[in-house]
Amino acid sequence: MINFDYLRTASVNATLDAIKREPRAAFIAGGTNLVDLMKRGVTSPPRLIDINNLPLKNIERTSSGISIGALATNSAVAINEMIRSDFPLLSQALHAGASPQLRNMATVGGNMLQRTRCTYFYDTTMPCNKRQAGSGCGALGGYNRMHAIFGASDKCIAVHPSDMCVALVALNATAVVRSNKGERRIPFGDFHRLPGDTPQTDNQLKAGELITAVEIPSNKFQQHSFYLKIRDRSSYAFALVSVAVALSIENNRISDARIAAGGVAHKPWRLLNVEKALTGQPASVETFQKAASIATQGAKGYGQNNFKLKLLPQAIIQALETASS
Amino acid sequence: MSKTLPTSDEQGKGASRRDFLKWSGAAVAVSLTPSVVTRAAGERADETIAGFFEKMPLKLEVNGKLHQLQVEPRTTLLDLLREQIGLTGTKKGCDQGQCGACTVHVNGRRINSCLSLAVMNEGQKITTIEGLAKGDELHPLQEAFIKHDAFQCGYCTPGQIMSGVACINEGHAGSADEIREFMSGNLCRCGAYPHIVDAILETKKGGNNL
Ligand SMILES: Cc1cc2nc3c(=O)[nH]c(=O)nc-3n(C[C@H](O)[C@H](O)[C@H](O)COP(=O)(O)OP(=O)(O)OC[C@H]3O[C@@H](n4cnc5c(N)ncnc54)[C@H](O)[C@@H]3O)c2cc1C
Ligand code: FES
Ligand code: FES
Repeated sequence: MINFDYLRTASVNATLDAIKREPRAAFIAGGTNLVDLMKRGVTSPPRLIDINNLPLKNIERTSSGISIGALATNSAVAINEMIRSDFPLLSQALHAGASPQLRNMATVGGNMLQRTRCTYFYDTTMPCNKRQAGSGCGALGGYNRMHAIFGASDKCIAVHPSDMCVALVALNATAVVRSNKGERRIPFGDFHRLPGDTPQTDNQLKAGELITAVEIPSNKFQQHSFYLKIRDRSSYAFALVSVAVALSIENNRISDARIAAGGVAHKPWRLLNVEKALTGQPASVETFQKAASIATQGAKGYGQNNFKLKLLPQAIIQALETASS
Repeated sequence: MSKTLPTSDEQGKGASRRDFLKWSGAAVAVSLTPSVVTRAAGERADETIAGFFEKMPLKLEVNGKLHQLQVEPRTTLLDLLREQIGLTGTKKGCDQGQCGACTVHVNGRRINSCLSLAVMNEGQKITTIEGLAKGDELHPLQEAFIKHDAFQCGYCTPGQIMSGVACINEGHAGSADEIREFMSGNLCRCGAYPHIVDAILETKKGGNNL
């Protein structure tokens, strides 16, 4: 690992000053993604700002829902009583990610900003526009079994690997970020971006901005939430396809539906057309099949990942059946 | 031949490389009163900084002993334990967070020490496989691993046992299925999984105080 300056801050203000003084610095939270990427030479920030002492670990009820500090660990959020009772989808998605050891280290902010697991991104001898702009996309005509079927470009077909973010986008969460200029709120659906011509940029976070919290509005999905993750082994692997489903069912009719998919795009992918096809309909297998049949509208396979075009609708039906029962 | 390579004669006698690393680590171990560590943590200034090639002071407790060390910021907790402190029980498998061989406890919680920078553990209490036994008395899960033959080559075993102890303490050892899920962060290339699950189940059922 290339050496670096190390700075440990104890307050949000000191952290924002520090990143202003050295804009090329990187924050380090759990380190589970950053340290890995630094060891492999994918990234080599000249300075790390260790933010683990910042008071951003709390999980608190607010008047409109819940606020989760950016430094709360993935395991702390997953086992939190309020999260389990009011937002079971988030707890399930977190438990489906990584391993117990990694979840004890990984934080909410770091999970949002984790980079793709595309092998061409990781292998510095290979072309990758995300790692090195202009070098090409090795996955386009190469190994692309794990890659995107929605919203990709001819510059990049990588996917965002997070499970947590799939649940958060379905739950209409908001990211709270701070910089020296003040605070702003980014709706979760807008936080991550599509690759377009600039795949090196994963999200809307600007230089000098620190994620401080994620807020989730209250909802009525407690009874009917399910996170389904399909992967090459039954645990401890990234998703081929995952589906987050949250339903509100009244008198056997779906009054509100949220569906998002993971492993299919450069960002957690909300399936608004499927949600629309479910809303107002009876909670039946016929409804689920009909809604799932339009899930892949606009989707495109790149060869090895063509199976996702069939797998996604099937996964949606299965997740809806489990959530509604 | 390059002069820096030891001759076979030098390799065969005297200090081993491992011993050399232990000595050169210059770890200062003093017997611990818990308040020392707590106080060090409380006294963190608003900013602590180490320059590019600078080593920075690090205080942490490993298996009940306080260590005051000088480390480069890029040193991982795993390398610190093995190469500077000389506790080689914790293994390096993948060095990328994928295998669990490096599992240790930080304040009682299991983590992968290969992805944690040592300096991020200022003031923390680390427990490694060497810290489980009480003198000559093995930890109940260590005993169970021997009884159930829960290893072949043994390389993954320290990580499996550290992870298994945490798995039981977290309340995630209720059934074989639950154990398999919550032990999924520990790979075993020899495939000793069924016996590992048996060892954890039995230790959990034994209700031993871990
Ligand atoms: C073997 C392995 C398997 C995994 N499997 C899964 C899986 O199945 N599903 C899944 O979802 N994830 C998985 N992960 C990824 C894991 O979830 C992420 O590595 C983790 O969430 C990152 O969080 P962290 O706190 O460790 O981030 P770090 O590594 O500390 O940081 C990651 C990035 O976020 C930035 N950052 C961190 N906090 C902030 C903040 N508050 N504000 C601004 N920037 C910040 C850092 O600068 C860095 O760029 C896996 C990881 C490994 C190693
Ligand atoms: S050595 Fe740390 S997980 Fe493999
Ligand atoms: S016993 Fe050989 S790797 Fe597990």
